[in-house]
Parts: sequence; structure tokens; C-alpha cells
Amino acid sequence: MDFITQHPVLVVSLAKIVGLMFLLMTTLAYLSWFERKVIAHIQSRWGPYYVGAHGLLQPLADGVKFLFKEDLTPPGADRFVYILAPVLALTLALTTLALIPFGPPSVQWLGESTLIVANSSIGLMFVFAITSMGVYGVALAGWSSNSKYPLLGGLRSSAQMISYEVSLTLAVVGVVLLSGTLNFNEMIAGQSGYYYRFIPRWNVGPQIVGFLCYFMSAIAETNRAPFDLPEGETELVGGFHTEYSSFKFAMFFMAEYANMITVSCLATILFFGGWLSPFPDSWTFMRYLPPAGLLALAVYLAYDAAVLVRGIARIQLIVVTTGALVIGLACLHPVVLSIIQGPFWFLLKVGLIMFFYVWTRATLPRMRYDQLMSFGWKFLLPVSLANLVITALVKVWPLLVNHG
Amino acid sequence: MTLPFIVFFVCAFLAVLGAVTLILAREPIHSALALILVMVSLAVLYLLLGAEFIAAVQIIVYAGAIMVLFVFVIMLLNAGVEERTDYSKLAKYAGLPLGMFLLLALAHWMAHSLIGQQIANGVGGTNAAVSTRELSAQLFQKYLFPFEATSILILIAILGALVLAKKDE
Repeated sequence: MDFITQHPVLVVSLAKIVGLMFLLMTTLAYLSWFERKVIAHIQSRWGPYYVGAHGLLQPLADGVKFLFKEDLTPPGADRFVYILAPVLALTLALTTLALIPFGPPSVQWLGESTLIVANSSIGLMFVFAITSMGVYGVALAGWSSNSKYPLLGGLRSSAQMISYEVSLTLAVVGVVLLSGTLNFNEMIAGQSGYYYRFIPRWNVGPQIVGFLCYFMSAIAETNRAPFDLPEGETELVGGFHTEYSSFKFAMFFMAEYANMITVSCLATILFFGGWLSPFPDSWTFMRYLPPAGLLALAVYLAYDAAVLVRGIARIQLIVVTTGALVIGLACLHPVVLSIIQGPFWFLLKVGLIMFFYVWTRATLPRMRYDQLMSFGWKFLLPVSLANLVITALVKVWPLLVNHG
Repeated sequence: MTLPFIVFFVCAFLAVLGAVTLILAREPIHSALALILVMVSLAVLYLLLGAEFIAAVQIIVYAGAIMVLFVFVIMLLNAGVEERTDYSKLAKYAGLPLGMFLLLALAHWMAHSLIGQQIANGVGGTNAAVSTRELSAQLFQKYLFPFEATSILILIAILGALVLAKKDE
């Protein structure tokens, strides 16, 4: 006990890291299920259905499959770099999540804020520092495979990531100018308040151009459709990860999803008010949305279990139903209810942006490489630069007028 | 042995290891990777000194931008394993003692100068983080001229590169 009270920072940080890693790994696994389900329904299919109820055990089956597949290393590959590349990609993708605030800093344990692992005064800079190194995973994977397609794919995707990083960063600087800080919690706090007492004062209003530029560059930065040229099957087989198999491939896969989560979290924090509720405090009934949602989910699942599903899947559904019911009822407790507000709205916003991501992938065809490059350099970059200049002018306008 | 001390020695060791590997590695990509290791370790050392902004900029500019271009160019040119000549005699008989002398002189200076003592105290004790606001105020008020002069210098370098690249037309 002495150790815990003497080193609260160390103990709480370790606990937070372990908790975040556990949640993150589960989320990464279930994101693949989410993506397959959404795309399937958009294309009038069922998607994963047979492994567990609604295919809920499919991620587990995929994980086992990845673990037991043969791990191949192409002859002539640079073994050290070949192993380093996926490790680097996944580590860097996971590290950024440490800087994301999932709820207000007022939720504390042992005097340390619980819902953010590292509350840095320049959180945004660190996120960009870590994501700017993400290119290495792709580039080194392409180079070390000692194979033509991965090399071409790696070159392509690193060129793409370098190009879009410029407009990504420029699009975000507008928000930094508006909020006057690089700390995430202060940025979110700066977005509180409402127009006409019910329209939230989020940055997405004044920075709508910045948001669109950010989102488009973010899709390209995470190598997702319609900018997923790095893995353009028809030209490059699998792109930079062609030669990777088994768990090393799974690591690239997880890194891609982790990057998607990071980018969506950043969009939520910078443009959609982070953990702030979209409804004014006077609408107290909105506080009961998380338990109400969970209980509604439990009712739907119970209906499913009773009428539609048979066999083992039914038992599984009953377990999930009970879980949703218990958590939903626990959320009704006043203490839990006040803690859950921040994370609930944050995760809901992130989830909606993720849905938008998947929706884009299911809808839009892949762009050609020259189109991609000219779009990035000749359209996105000037627009985000203009957005930055206009924001800066609006910001200093009062100063200029007063001096003149 | 406090935690900052342990982090300092780990990162210092990694930085030196990276620097030595950079010189000894025969594969250009390995040298580039070693250089990235040096830069990231330096960034952690800056963090230890409380310079958060400098640490982030160190990673963004050096590890995230310059070294990416290095790696990119090495990949693009598909540069192979470098060829080694016999090591030059001059380096062996003059370079080695001179290098040793430089190292010792630096160590001596570090141990006795005021800055060295401040650094030694800083690593052990707690250092207040410098806020980005203060840093930018210094940069845009006190050091405005050097700052702008550097930016013009970099602009000239970019233009020079463009002129060289366009030479054929």
C-alpha cells in the first residue's frame, strides 16, 4: 500500500495504460467485424453471420487463424528490418492513443486524471510527432521484403503519406489559432457554450473548410478508400504488405485500425467538442441517454435470442443481453452516471466518424495515382493554406483595427 | 537512483549506440535507422530537461520529415551495400588520438563549467516545463531577426534545389 500512495503517478499511469491497451485490443478486433457488417449491409449482404450470434465471435476466429498461420520470410529479405517494420507500425499507432482525453479531467483517482494517460501541455504536437513517424512502418516493410510489388507499394504509400501530412497539419493549425492552445483538454473546454442556447459552439462551425480538408487528408493518411492505392490489388497485389503473413500481417491490419481510431479521436477533439455533450445542461433527461441506449440494446438482443437465433448462438446472446442489462442498470447509479457522460459522448462521436469512414469505403471507387497526387498538392494544400490565412486574419482583425 | 536518471542513461546509451551503428553499418538503410534512433533518443533527453516543445519539434522535423526523405531516396535509388576500402592510415594514427582528446576535453569542460553543473542538477531534480507561449514570445520578439533570417536561408536552399533539379530544360 505504501508504494501506491508514494508513487501515485507511476501506479495510476500503469493502470491506465493496461486498461487502455485491453480496451483498445478488443476494439481493434471488433472494428473488423463492424467494418465487414456495415459494408455488407450497404451492399445488401449479411456479412459475418455463422461464427456466433450475428458473427460476434468472428474476430476471435480471425485472431486464432492469424496466430496459427505459417509465418513466411521471403528469401533475401533483411530479417531485422522485416520484423521491425510491423512492430514499428503498430507501436507508433498505439502510442498516440495515450494522448487522447476520453473524458473531462475532473474524473480523478489518487489525485490523477483517470480518462487520459498523458495530459501533455502540447498534446497535439506529440500526436503529430508520433504519426509523422508512422511512414517508416510502410516504407521499411516495402523495402525489406526484397520483392518488386512491396517496394513499389511502399514507395507509393510513403509518397502519399508525406504529401497528405502537409495539408493534414495545415488544416489543424486553424483550430489551434482559434483555441490558442495545444493542450487537448483546454481545446475542448474552449468549445463549450451554445449559440441560441442549443446549438453547440464547436469548432466545426467556423472551421468547416478546415474540417473537410482534415478529414480528406486523414483518409489518405491512413491509406483508406478512396485513397487506398498502397494496396491497389489490380496493380500492386497487396502493396507494402504483400510478403507479410500470419501475425505480422495482423499487426499491419491492427495498425491501420488504430490509426483510424486516432484520426477519428483527433477529429472529435478538434472539431466536435471532444467529451462535451451536444445538448445544454438544462436538458437533464439527456444525461440518461447512455443507460437508456444500453437497456434498449438489451431489449433488442433479448428479442433476438427469444425469437430468431437458435443453438449455441442463443446462449451467447443471452450472455451479451445480461451484460448490457447489468451495465445499463449500473449506469443508472448517480455516481456512475456522472462519470460515464464524458466518455459516452466522446466514444459516440468517434463511433459516428468511424461509421462515416466505412461508409466512404463502401461507396467511393479508388482514385488513380496521378489524380491522388494532384488532388493533394493542387487542391487540398492551397485550400487548407487559404483557410489558415483567413482564420489568422479574422483572429488579428480587432488588433489591426484598434492600432489603425 | 531516481527514475529520470534511469531514463537518461538508457536514452544516452541508445543515442551513442545509434551513432556508432550509423558509422559501422554497411547497409544505407541501417545507417538511416540508426540516425533515427539517435534523434528519437535526443528528443527524450529534451523531454527530461522539460523542453516539451523542442522534443516534439525534434521528432517532427528530423525523425518525421528529414529522415523520411532520406529513407525514401535510399529506397528509390535502391542503394546497395556500400563498398569498403582499407581504412586510411591517417585516421588510425592521427584521428583516433585527436578524437580521444576531443572527447576528454569535452568531458572536462562539462564537469567544470557552470552549464555542465546546471545540466547535472537538471537531470536529477525536477525541471519546470517551458510553456510554448513563452517560447514563441521569445522567438517572435527577442529573436525575431535571427528567426526570419533563418527562414529566408531555408527558402534560398529550396529555390536552389529547384533550380538544380530543373537544369535540363
